[in-house]
Amino acid sequence: MVPLSYYLVLSGILFACGVVGFLIKRNIITIFMSIELMLNGVNLSFVAFAAQWHALQGQVFVFFVMVVAAAEAAVGLAIIISVFRTRETLNVDQVNLLKL
Amino acid sequence: MTPNLHLWLVPVLPLIGAAINGLFGKRFSRPTVTAIAWGFCGAAFAWALWAVAQFVSAGAAPYSEVDAHWIRAGGFQADFAFYLDRLSVVMVLVVTGVGFLIHIYAAGYMWEEGGFYRFFSYLNLFMFFMLTLVLANNYLLMFIGWEGVGLASYLLIGFWFVKDSAAAAGKKAFIVNRIGDFGFLIALFLLIRHFGTLNFEQLSASISPMGMETAGTGLLTSIGLLLMVGACGKSAQIPLYVWLPDAMEGPTPVSALIHAATMVTAGVYMVSRSHFIFDRAPSAMMAVAIIGTLTALFSATIGITQTDIKKVLAYSTVSQLGYMFMACGVGAFSAGIFHLMTHAFFKGLLFLAAGSVIHAIGGEQDMRQMGGLRTKIPWTFWTMTMATFAIAGIPPLAGFFSKDEILWKAYSSPFGSRLYWLIGVTTAFITSFYMFRLWFLTFFGEYRGTAESGHGHGHDAHSGHGHGGIHESPKVMLIPLVILAVLSVCGGWVGINNRFENFLAPVFHAGRTAALESASAAAGEATQTAQPAEPQTEENGNETLLMAVSVFVGLAGLFLAWILYYRRPQLPQQIANAFGGFYQAVLNKYWVDELYAALFVKPLLDGSTKILWRGIDQGVIDAALDNSAEGAREVSDTMRHMQSGNLRSYAGWVAAGAAVVIGYMVWMGTR
Repeated sequence: MVPLSYYLVLSGILFACGVVGFLIKRNIITIFMSIELMLNGVNLSFVAFAAQWHALQGQVFVFFVMVVAAAEAAVGLAIIISVFRTRETLNVDQVNLLKL
Repeated sequence: MTPNLHLWLVPVLPLIGAAINGLFGKRFSRPTVTAIAWGFCGAAFAWALWAVAQFVSAGAAPYSEVDAHWIRAGGFQADFAFYLDRLSVVMVLVVTGVGFLIHIYAAGYMWEEGGFYRFFSYLNLFMFFMLTLVLANNYLLMFIGWEGVGLASYLLIGFWFVKDSAAAAGKKAFIVNRIGDFGFLIALFLLIRHFGTLNFEQLSASISPMGMETAGTGLLTSIGLLLMVGACGKSAQIPLYVWLPDAMEGPTPVSALIHAATMVTAGVYMVSRSHFIFDRAPSAMMAVAIIGTLTALFSATIGITQTDIKKVLAYSTVSQLGYMFMACGVGAFSAGIFHLMTHAFFKGLLFLAAGSVIHAIGGEQDMRQMGGLRTKIPWTFWTMTMATFAIAGIPPLAGFFSKDEILWKAYSSPFGSRLYWLIGVTTAFITSFYMFRLWFLTFFGEYRGTAESGHGHGHDAHSGHGHGGIHESPKVMLIPLVILAVLSVCGGWVGINNRFENFLAPVFHAGRTAALESASAAAGEATQTAQPAEPQTEENGNETLLMAVSVFVGLAGLFLAWILYYRRPQLPQQIANAFGGFYQAVLNKYWVDELYAALFVKPLLDGSTKILWRGIDQGVIDAALDNSAEGAREVSDTMRHMQSGNLRSYAGWVAAGAAVVIGYMVWMGTR
């Protein structure tokens, strides 16, 4: 059996990849994918713990996260399309009209 | 039992007039404003007459009515309640009667002025407060009137408020009066603290059983002295007299009504009303007498050198008020009130006549610019002559009776002394001299002014008068002059055979027990150093002798003024030069104003400016506010750079924050 720590390290790596991607990428779609990556990193730790402790709650949490992520993706992609239509760019550094 | 007199109507009627003219007067024509002011003031006079008639026909027993509850706190209560006894009868008739005459006069005098409705609104307001003061049945209601007349006085002195000097004079009057009111208020607090009431009748009843405070100090003495502080402020006595001469900046009818006939006598009335306190506090009595005597002499000497006709009358008023306090101080309250009444007649008349003179020559107030007006304005001349002879104490005019009564009491009363009498007679001589000086300078000799040749000039607001040339005043101004002249002549006759004193006796002797009378006589003798009591048989002879002396000094004043200002008009200048320094001191009013400015005004002004304003207000309060605002802005200035609009830097902050929180939790968990 693969030890729990392996899952957690992988989960941490995935999450860190997501964070770094979120911070350094300028394209909104890429940023969006990074968010998904972070969510999945978290999901992985949930299921790992669930398997370890034989607790169903972790599995259930993952379903919830997935549902929310799907909803978020739907809304987020709609926003992205709308932004692209008005600004003709997906570069977040240029979407800064609310800046002081 | 007296029927319900509805005394409250007497003050409230002028208040209605003041309200109507004050609120709507701007849209009314001058005749309408006049009709309203005259109507309500006259109605108050008529109602007062009716009430007094009822009062007298019911046996002249003190009458009291409670019209509304005001303060009821624990055992203490003060009501809107009015009180009529023989003392307030005299006051209410003087105030409404003289006040009504001056209202009539004022319509003529102020006809050409701007703010006509405002003037009459204030004048009616003054009547309201003065009648409240006079008719109140407790000190607290009296205090409302007391403060209210101060307000009306302030408004009317500063009536021509665009003139700096008038605005400053109004402020000065108000502030100096505050100092006196402070003493009055503390006296009231002491009364509440120790007797639990401010009602005159109740106070009189609870103080009457108390004995004399012979030790010199005590509760009643302190109350008496504090009340006297209040009276000093309102009635312009040393050391608070300085506001009254300046108050002459107001229109002349105001000077006549407020600063001669009625308001300034409120102090005398208040002291007389508090006779049950003063009766038992010989030290306070002595203070009153000394202050009065000194003020009488002091301001009379200043009166000699003044050249402004109204200033002479102002100092004369201060001096005559001194007489009244001298009378109160020697226990002769009725003599003080008697002089108050006759003074209201002749001094009101003097002011009104002076106003008529000023009116006649187009606003000039300097007597050096007058002269020879006798034939030009005969009515004014003759009425003023009556008043001048009355104030100089020439029999059988009003001033003779009242002044003589005071001088006799100052001499013979158990509280009196020959020194008071001596100073009083000296003052009477000076009074006669400066009044006849005014008379000769104004009406005799050659006309020295320029009003004949050109249009009006001078510094009163009358300078804008359309018509040049010397002219007699209109009838509306002359009729009050004539009535007051008649009163100045006949007003004193009520004092013949002590009738006036006997009329007031029930008021002033109500609380005195036989024991107190003898105690006061004994105390009086103690103060009268080495003076044997006059045997009863000699008294009449003495009184006649003293009367002769006071008539003599009155005539001597006339004679001296005649020589100096009629026969040999160049003499006064020589005498002034001969006296040099002393003349300068008197001319400059002994530099009292300058002294007060240096002693009180300047330190206060500097203290407020440098310490309170610049130091505390600007340095501490404003600075604390400004600096905290500045600090908040600086912090925000640095912090706002976080708000870059850069999405990724936000995410970075979120990540960093999350890292810090998680790190903290991990660290806490592993500890």
